[in-house]
Amino acid sequence: MSVNNNVLGLIFASLHDSTVIELTKHRTMGSIMFGGRYRLIDFPLSNMVNSGITQVGVITKSNYGSLLDHLGTGREWDLARKQGGLHLLPPFSQNVGEGVYRGRLEALSNVWSYVEHSKCEYVVLTDCDYVANLNFDRVIKQHKETEADITVVYGKYRYSEESGSCVDVLEMDEAGRVNAVLVDPAISGECNISLDMFVMKKDFLRKIVKDAVSKNQYSLVRDCLQPKVKEIKIMGYQFDGYFSRIDSVKHYYEANLALLKPENRDQLFKSGAPVYTKIGDNGPVKYGLEAKASNSLIADGCIIEGTVENSILFRGVKIGKGSVVKNCILMQNTNIGSGCSLTSVITDKNVTTEDGRVLTGSDSYPVYISKNAKL
Amino acid sequence: MNAKKKVIAMLLAGGQGSRLYALTQNVAKPAVPYGGKYRIIDFALSNCTNSGIDTVGVLTQYQPLVLNEYIGNGQPWDLDRMYGGVHVLSPFETKEGADWFQGTANAIYQNMRFIERYDPEYVIVLGGDHIYKMDYSKLVEFHEKNNSDGTIAVINVPMEEASRFGIMTCDAENRVVRFTEKPKEPESTLASMGIYCFTWQKLKKYLIENENANTGSKDFGKDIIPSMLKNKERLFAYTFDGYWKDVGTLDSLWEANMDLLSPSVPLDLYDPKWKIYARHNNMPPQYIGENAQIENSMITEGSNINGQVDFSVIFSGVTIEEGAVVDSSILMPGTVVKSGAVVEYAIVGENCVVESGAKIGARPETVDPEHKEDWGIAVVGHNVTVSGGAVVKPKEIISENV
Repeated sequence: MSVNNNVLGLIFASLHDSTVIELTKHRTMGSIMFGGRYRLIDFPLSNMVNSGITQVGVITKSNYGSLLDHLGTGREWDLARKQGGLHLLPPFSQNVGEGVYRGRLEALSNVWSYVEHSKCEYVVLTDCDYVANLNFDRVIKQHKETEADITVVYGKYRYSEESGSCVDVLEMDEAGRVNAVLVDPAISGECNISLDMFVMKKDFLRKIVKDAVSKNQYSLVRDCLQPKVKEIKIMGYQFDGYFSRIDSVKHYYEANLALLKPENRDQLFKSGAPVYTKIGDNGPVKYGLEAKASNSLIADGCIIEGTVENSILFRGVKIGKGSVVKNCILMQNTNIGSGCSLTSVITDKNVTTEDGRVLTGSDSYPVYISKNAKL
Repeated sequence: MNAKKKVIAMLLAGGQGSRLYALTQNVAKPAVPYGGKYRIIDFALSNCTNSGIDTVGVLTQYQPLVLNEYIGNGQPWDLDRMYGGVHVLSPFETKEGADWFQGTANAIYQNMRFIERYDPEYVIVLGGDHIYKMDYSKLVEFHEKNNSDGTIAVINVPMEEASRFGIMTCDAENRVVRFTEKPKEPESTLASMGIYCFTWQKLKKYLIENENANTGSKDFGKDIIPSMLKNKERLFAYTFDGYWKDVGTLDSLWEANMDLLSPSVPLDLYDPKWKIYARHNNMPPQYIGENAQIENSMITEGSNINGQVDFSVIFSGVTIEEGAVVDSSILMPGTVVKSGAVVEYAIVGENCVVESGAKIGARPETVDPEHKEDWGIAVVGHNVTVSGGAVVKPKEIISENV
């Protein structure tokens, strides 16, 4: 692993909350649970740590209680440090009127003194709505080689108008220089979409933040990248690994179930680049005498007495005798009684069902049961 | 000057565990994997934390590398403290020379300076080779209430097994009147668990006397307890009635793992109020494949299961391919069982490879009833490859590739 001790990581933990409003009712984007034992912020945070970036600021906005609880001192990501380490940056500041920020540049202006005082030459910005295992080291290297002002990471994506909101489609020349950034364009087909990850020099970032704030502008994409695409050198970095975009409950559901495919799992959980998360100290999974499990991803602490197929079970899920769970995502401490039948259901944390309950959604419209619900 | 600690714990983790043979060739017994995601020492360390004891000296001697690395700064057990916390104590050299720890009492004697730094009222002495959940604060409470000099945790064992243990005879007030190591004709069924609470100043005196007497054994059971009894010190027996299992032999290690699969065994690993902590290795959740058949088993994170698993304890990062059969066995972290291999009634160590067509162990009923003594748990040590067609017979222990 390389040393990137002149790089500061900045994670926007609360952008795009409104795209998955059910899941962000009790939390923010970065603390949405994913893949059996993770929260979305674990992916960008682990990517940074695995790229040798040891100073990371997390910019929050609202509903960030669960995020604070999850991140703690940053110890699980090896970011509880004297030099650098993890800093949680609350959204309020003196700089921008009252209330919270409206976009990335305004948010950065709020926390600029943290950025300014960080010992860094480069800054890596990311959001939490893409799940990928990506090494920023290569992005930084390309950024230096191409002498870009901004390098934006992109991936190939089958885009259509139904793809959700705030998809930034990039148009590039042969050299990879971005010559247009289109937000939610009326096109369809395979596109290069921005993965909302950017590399630039701190000095450059300072300039665009100050410039935007002076004009009461706040959006990195709309107020800087789009109007200045000719003026500044924006280079694309193609990420050709596996990624998924969380921009709706349906896509959240699909992105989780996509982990049942070994080729996706192998790209997301690489042996040399582990995904770190808060440790739960749960016991191993216990399978009872009549348990049946197939094609499922199951986190520790689950106790399975029934049948599980094509599902993702988070920590501490209990499935009673005779219950059948198919195509489901059951979050932490979901407790399914006996003789239940669940198909295409997403349960949030601590959902309990009494014996014999039947819940059926469909693949295109999974049923979502909110946190702490008792059925 | 820091505040004194009322109670500190000293954990004896230097034992070789020679009766675990291949499993302790390069690791100390307390570092042997147990229960899917733990190592044996996790139970004693977690008990300390859960009992509110934040200062623990771990005495190591035999093959300490893995154990030292595992304990690290004690963070997984919440034992990384500003003052106190877990400290690994290895034998060291002084002006008088260097000495290995010669017995349990001598090991504590050699580390008296560590204990004195915290100026404790009570010292708890623990072994690192038992599986149990015990609230040591209750032991201390009992010790204080009885104005005891030394309190020995005891457990009721069946009469027919009593002669394997150190047996206490007590009066009606639980005061110990007699202590006999491995008696031929046991007077009682109260067996010492090797867990003691001492009033430190009292213990200190006996440790020094014992050291000067140079008995040769320098052991708690053989020397300290008998001489305290002889001098009519106040020794009490604290009866523990939970699950307690020695995992000092291959059979008992296998049984203690299998106990986790039995609904009637009262060892709950899922109690949020008394978690057993372990160092974690950041693996993704386990994946259970399309054709997996799993019944009555425990499986841990990072595993990839496509074969048949019955009555088994599977540790983290284990792969069981489609067409492989694992029955009544323990597979330690990182082991791979390939398609067509059969593992029955066996313990397979860490990072082993069981190739297609290999066979490890056998069900007890496959052995000629005339020669029942030929049957036993088959054991494969750590980092061993069992090649296709190779057979590891019941009761066989291997530590080299076959």
